[in-house]
Amino acid sequence: MNNNNKPYSNIPGTTVFDGDMVRVGFHLNQFCMSLMQASNRDAFKQDERAYLDQWPMTQAQKNAVLARDFTQLIALGGNIYYLVKLSSSDGLSVAAAVSTMTDLSPEDYMEMMRNGGRSPAGNRFTDHRESDKKSSKEQQ
Amino acid sequence: MAKIIAGLGTSHIPLLGHIIDKGESRAENWAPIFDGFQFTKRWIKEQKPDVVILVYNDHATAFDMKIIPTFAIGCGEEYRPADEGYGARPVPTVKGAPKLAWHITESLIKQGFDMTIVNEMDVDHGLTVPLSMVFGEVEEWPCQVIPLAVNTVVYPAPTGERCLALGKAIRAAVEQFPEDLNVQVWGTGGMSHQLLGERAGLINREWDLAFMDDLQSHYEALAKISQVEYIRESGTEGSEMVMWLIMRGALNHEVREIHRHYYVPVSNTALGHLIYENTDAAACEGGE
Repeated sequence: MNNNNKPYSNIPGTTVFDGDMVRVGFHLNQFCMSLMQASNRDAFKQDERAYLDQWPMTQAQKNAVLARDFTQLIALGGNIYYLVKLSSSDGLSVAAAVSTMTDLSPEDYMEMMRNGGRSPAGNRFTDHRESDKKSSKEQQ
Repeated sequence: MAKIIAGLGTSHIPLLGHIIDKGESRAENWAPIFDGFQFTKRWIKEQKPDVVILVYNDHATAFDMKIIPTFAIGCGEEYRPADEGYGARPVPTVKGAPKLAWHITESLIKQGFDMTIVNEMDVDHGLTVPLSMVFGEVEEWPCQVIPLAVNTVVYPAPTGERCLALGKAIRAAVEQFPEDLNVQVWGTGGMSHQLLGERAGLINREWDLAFMDDLQSHYEALAKISQVEYIRESGTEGSEMVMWLIMRGALNHEVREIHRHYYVPVSNTALGHLIYENTDAAACEGGE
């Protein structure tokens, strides 16, 4: 499927975890899943590169894991519920991990949440001419 | 005969479980969150459900990328709280209701819902946080639970119309079960939240409150909302709200909203909670 045919491709700052992402992210997400077990967490922490090399992931995915680059990990097929297993093994809260994908520091992100979160106004459509009006009913 | 008398909707935010497990749920700074469940804790003691059908989504815990069931029903004897990477929650093991679960499963499949049958799985915060919020800190959960896991992690999730229809089919199945059981259906997840990308932190209070308003009487219209519209308006993870429609479908057309609670934020998420009871008139009318 061509990206332009996806009805959600015009939602700004958002990656929808669809079949294309599942396909490219399969091994990355299964690696994250392995961190549910304490023994695997220990092995990963002991030698991250060696542990990653046991998984048929792309170099770009491995590098993004080593760099804890969550924006890149999402782009390479990572799913947030799997990626938080990586950030949790680092002792990071979900909010702290999530904040790194925004243009805000963790502190400013939490401040934004305390103030009611990010407004949907201007954040519905990549085309800002559309973004002020409410989205019309979209087809199932 | 078994009967569904009430249902509730609630978010299942993991932070709520962490707060409870650390013994801090009575702390003053969390009061605006937990006070909204005081009514619920009293109410559930009067209701004494025998079985709760708990609709939730698994968060890469029992299911990973190998197998992704759209609708999975737990028919097992019991379910252990899962270790989600920081140790299992110190809450009681969840007792199943296998006899009723198998009855419902058989009925649902015959009604056209191709359920995935699960006999053994661990349950994550999606299921245990609602139990904690409603029953509080207990030695044993005071009812049996039938887990009903819905895929909302991988696009596409089941449609709102399908979820509503599943709720109606669950009700039909429960009402054919010969034992006298008081059954509740809980829909969990939501409200608005987005955990990824530059748009992370999205909260749409207006949307959430309209959803809670419309769920009572205009649920057929809510069921027509596409997942793309949920994502656009309420964030990637806001589409969990579709699970509340399963709960709504399992109740009478006429329900009374007896409690509502809404609070922003809990971590990254808007917290929503409400309770419906079937109205007496509709209970008679819908009884057969």
